[in-house]
Amino acid sequence: MSKTVTREISIGDVAARASEATESTDSSLMALNVGPSHPTTHGVLRLIMELNGDVIEKCEPVIGYLHRGDEKIAENMTYNQFVPYTDRLDYLAPLANNVAYALTVEKLAGVEVPERCQAIRVLVCEMARISSHLLGMGVFGMDAGAWTPFMYTFTEREKLYTLFEELTGARFTTSYTRIGGVARDIPDGWLDRVRTFCENLPKATDEVEKLLTRNRIFLDRTEGIGAISKEDALAYGLTGPNLRASGVDLDLRKDKPYSGYEKYEFDVPIGTRGDCYDRYLIRIEEVRQSLRIIDQVISDFPSGLWYAEDAKKIFAPPKEKIMTSMEELIQNFMIVTEGPQVPPGEVYFEAENPKGALGFYLVSKGGGVPYRLKIRAPSFCNLSILEKFAPGHMLSDITVILGSLDFVMGECDR
Amino acid sequence: MIDDDFTKALLEKNSFLSKRESIDCLTLDCPAEHLAGTTLSLRDEEGFELLVDLTAIDHGEDAELRFSVVLHFYSLIHRGYLRLHAPCLDNENPSITSISAVYPAANWHERETYDMFGIVFTGHPDLKRILMWDEYPYFPLRKEFPLAGIETPLPAADVVEVTKASVEPAPMMGGPFVSSSDGVMSDTEPRARDESWTEESEKPS
Repeated sequence: MSKTVTREISIGDVAARASEATESTDSSLMALNVGPSHPTTHGVLRLIMELNGDVIEKCEPVIGYLHRGDEKIAENMTYNQFVPYTDRLDYLAPLANNVAYALTVEKLAGVEVPERCQAIRVLVCEMARISSHLLGMGVFGMDAGAWTPFMYTFTEREKLYTLFEELTGARFTTSYTRIGGVARDIPDGWLDRVRTFCENLPKATDEVEKLLTRNRIFLDRTEGIGAISKEDALAYGLTGPNLRASGVDLDLRKDKPYSGYEKYEFDVPIGTRGDCYDRYLIRIEEVRQSLRIIDQVISDFPSGLWYAEDAKKIFAPPKEKIMTSMEELIQNFMIVTEGPQVPPGEVYFEAENPKGALGFYLVSKGGGVPYRLKIRAPSFCNLSILEKFAPGHMLSDITVILGSLDFVMGECDR
Repeated sequence: MIDDDFTKALLEKNSFLSKRESIDCLTLDCPAEHLAGTTLSLRDEEGFELLVDLTAIDHGEDAELRFSVVLHFYSLIHRGYLRLHAPCLDNENPSITSISAVYPAANWHERETYDMFGIVFTGHPDLKRILMWDEYPYFPLRKEFPLAGIETPLPAADVVEVTKASVEPAPMMGGPFVSSSDGVMSDTEPRARDESWTEESEKPS
């Protein structure tokens, strides 16, 4: 008589079945390639994984599919000519990139922009943050299987893009800043429309919260998944919401205030566990804090010029003066052909962008063209930790983990 | 705060470091052989937990020391940045110690620096190209590399077999136009810096 063994396998539990399957069979690891063109990779990221059943044993990110040589290009053009290229770094928050780049060059040139220009820049940075986080949260929900929140966040983002279009003339590729100022002043009545938008946004974020924050499925998929310890987050150079979710209190708007951020009151949300759920909570809270900043900027909006008038070799004079005055005509000609004149030296500047700290390291030998411009992209550093913490998770978790890291390949590959 | 006292104490402790004038943050020159030790003490003793950036500068083919590696650190305690310059001694085959064991963040930054400048980081666990493909023969951010690019075989052999395609230099007609900041006036007329492929000069083969 042969002895029969009965085993109970619950149908719904894929993980248990997978682990039993690997225990009972002598299976070797399975190699799985994801991307570079795949909906969960949010761009052109490729992952080479080794799977043991459903469990990831090894995960190697392969990047570079969107490399355009931005740093080489920067060495071959004047400072203002490079502004449109910064749009294409983090293309979900181009205005924040424009501002970070302009601030870097101004820091080296020693240019102080007037208060109105600073206020405009803070305003557009925070609007860019809201726009980026709205998309980030919506897509994150979609990655976890919740389609509906995306519709709410995308509708709101669309309204923001209409405002960007009104301000800059473009929805995506804004190219709004110039070295020493911005391209144009804000249009009439625009601030009121921003205020109306800000008054209505909390309704939408509350809806998203109702759909996600206490959603059982969403919680099961995100809580405790992809937890990054404080030590790991620092060691791998994470910045922005991903670092703060791991419990590190670092926000450059507070710690190294630039463009007048010290004047505004806002809180920096800090996470405790560093998992996917914390990263989501941080982003939704940052949207609320950005609204607080915008409210303060608008209620006390400075008057005056929106560019540094004294920086004669940096910022081109207004059009009507170029057309009527010889001196301004020459000034404009020199700035357009030779570029804004920046003294020799080196400078490193980081701005707190929606995705993390976007840094520019600028080396100048004088003249209108940088000698070297290194772009320190937050998404690049945020992705480098994937190799470390993805192993041990299930294959289905990788979608949620990637969504929660909220990276942009345009910036990662440059 | 990273003030004069902090700088003085740091320089006294590490006599091989020297201070360099800078407008934004504490900038130190560090000899290549002391790089690993310095970064370790920066992390463990001075409180610079974050390596925010690691890159290199090509000072040009004529420079005495052509390549130098530049590192930026941030300290949560001091709320400030610190910059290290470490020159690579050999101009032909530049190399320097890897610090990826001290700061894991350096892993990808060093791969990128190798990819763009050809600086070899000794002791790096997996030094290979990161932005360009593995077989790519050039180091694009070196100053002698033309902006337009150089004709290179495509990485996918099966595609090449069918299409006979290759990576071609970009046509530089039309941009970017820049005038150099010195020289006689007729030479400073705005023109494309890199004219490796224009109406006058033939496409490089």
